[in-house]
Amino acid sequence: MKRTLLGIFALSGLILTLLPSMLVFADVISAQTNKVLMALGMLLWFTLAPFWIKRAR
Amino acid sequence: MILDRLTARLESVQEYEKEPVPAAKLKSWRSFLGMYAGEHTAGTEFVIGPLFVAHGASAGALVLGLLAGNLLAVLSWAFLCAPIAVKERITLYYKLEKICGKHLTVVYNLVNALMFCFLAGSMIAVSATAVGIPFNIPMAELTDWLPSSLSWVLIVLVVGIVTTLVATLGYEQVSRFANIASPWMILVFLAAAIAVLPELGVNSIKDFWPVAESKIWTGIPLEGQSKFTFWHVMFFAWFCNMAMHIGMADLSIFRYAKSWKAGFTSAGGMYVGHYFAWIASGILYAVFLQNSQNSLEFAPGPIAYYAAGITGAACVIVAGWTTANPTIYRAGLAVQAILPNSKTWKVTLIVGLVTTTAACFPALVMRLLDFVALYGLLLMPMGAIILIDFYLLPKLGLKSELAEKTGQKINWAAAGTWILTLAACLFLNFSFGVEIFFLGLPGWFVAVALYIGLSFLLQPSTQLKPDLS
Repeated sequence: MKRTLLGIFALSGLILTLLPSMLVFADVISAQTNKVLMALGMLLWFTLAPFWIKRAR
Repeated sequence: MILDRLTARLESVQEYEKEPVPAAKLKSWRSFLGMYAGEHTAGTEFVIGPLFVAHGASAGALVLGLLAGNLLAVLSWAFLCAPIAVKERITLYYKLEKICGKHLTVVYNLVNALMFCFLAGSMIAVSATAVGIPFNIPMAELTDWLPSSLSWVLIVLVVGIVTTLVATLGYEQVSRFANIASPWMILVFLAAAIAVLPELGVNSIKDFWPVAESKIWTGIPLEGQSKFTFWHVMFFAWFCNMAMHIGMADLSIFRYAKSWKAGFTSAGGMYVGHYFAWIASGILYAVFLQNSQNSLEFAPGPIAYYAAGITGAACVIVAGWTTANPTIYRAGLAVQAILPNSKTWKVTLIVGLVTTTAACFPALVMRLLDFVALYGLLLMPMGAIILIDFYLLPKLGLKSELAEKTGQKINWAAAGTWILTLAACLFLNFSFGVEIFFLGLPGWFVAVALYIGLSFLLQPSTQLKPDLS
C-alpha cells in the first residue's frame, strides 16, 4: 500500500514535469506557471523516487 | 579509512574481467534498453542539438539525417559488436590483450583515458554554464577557444573539484542517482521544447514544419560556422559513438546479454537521446537565437533556464554531472589498468584534476562535434582489428589472438594497422579536404585491408609459445 502511494506521488512528479508544458502550448497556463509546476514536479520526483524504487526492489 | 573501505569494496566487485560471464549473470534485453536510453540522454545532448542549428543544418537534413544515422548506429551495435560480445563474453580490454598484446593495450588505454578526460571536461563546462547563472558571469561564444574571464575559470574549478571528489568517493551513489534522474531528464528536454514552441510561432502541430524550416533549422550557418548537410548529420549520428559500436568498446557491455539481438536495444538511446533530445535542444537554442538576434554566445545553462526555469538549469547541471562523473571514473580505471599497483581513488583524483583543467577551455564545448568524431576515429581501427581477427583470420589460415598464442607484448600487425589507418585518415583530411565526420568509413576499410595484409606479412615469422605450437 505504502509502495503504491509512493509510486503514485513519485510518478505525479514526472507528470508535473511534462504536462504543464503541453498546457502552455495549448495556451491554458502561462510560461511562468509552467516553470513553477516543473520545479514542483522535480522536487516530488527526486524526493520520493529513491524510496519508491528502493521498496520496489 | 573511509577511502580504504570504499576501495576494498570496489576491488571486491566481481566484473568477470578475465573470464567469460557465467550464464547465471546474464541480463535480459530490458536492462540494456534502460541503460542505453539513460546513457544517451546526457549533458552532451544540450550541446550537440544546438550545434546542428549553429552549423546551418536544414530541417529536412536534420530529421532524415538523424533517422538514417541513428539506424546505422543501431545496426552497427547489433551486427558488429553484440554478436562477438555474446560469443566471447569477455571485456574489450581482455580481448585486446589477447590480440594486440599487453603493451599495445596500454597505449589504447592511455588514448581512451585522455579522450574520457576531454569528454568529462566538456560536461563540467556545460554544468558550469548553469551554476554560473546566479553570478551573472560572462559566457563564452561559439568562436572562443580560451577562457573568457576569471569568474568562468573559478566556476569551472569549483564544479570540476566537486565532481572529482564525488567520483573519487561515491561512484555507486552517483550511478543510482543517474538512474533516477534519467527519465526525468528526458521529460525536461521534451517539456522545455514544447513550452517554447509558441514563442517561435508554433501554435498547432501543423505549424511545426514550416517554422522548423524557417526559424529553427534554417539551412544557414551562424557566422564563423561551417555548413552541415544531410551527410554531415547522418555520418555524425552514425559515428558519434563509433568507439562504442564499430570500435567494439561495448563488448564489455553486451557480454552480459543473453542474445546478440540485445544490440537492437541501443535504439532506445539513439531515438530518445540522439533524436528527440537533439531536436528538443535545437528548438531551445533557436528561441535563444531569436531573442538575442543571433548572438554568438553559447551557454546551455541560461538557454535551459529561460525555457524551464530552475528545473531547466538543474537539468543541465544534473545531465553534465551524471555524464562527467562516470566518465572520470572510467578514465581513472583505464589509467589504473596501466598502473595496476596505484590506488583507484588517487588515480581518479589526478584524472579529475586534468579533466577540470581541460574544462576551463571553451573550445572543448564549442568544438564538441569535431571532438566526438575524433574520439570515434582514433579508437575505430581497434574495432576493425577485432572483427577481422574474430571472423576472417582463421578462414584465411592465419592465427587469431596472436599475442596470447605467441606471448608477444605488441602484435605489430595490429600496431601497424592502428598507426597507418590514422595516417591514411590524416592524409585524406589534409590532401583531399575530407572532413573529420566522413573519415570513419574509408578509415574502417583501410584498417581491414591493412590488418589482413600485415597479418599475412608478419605472422609467418612469429613463433608460437612452446605449449601451443
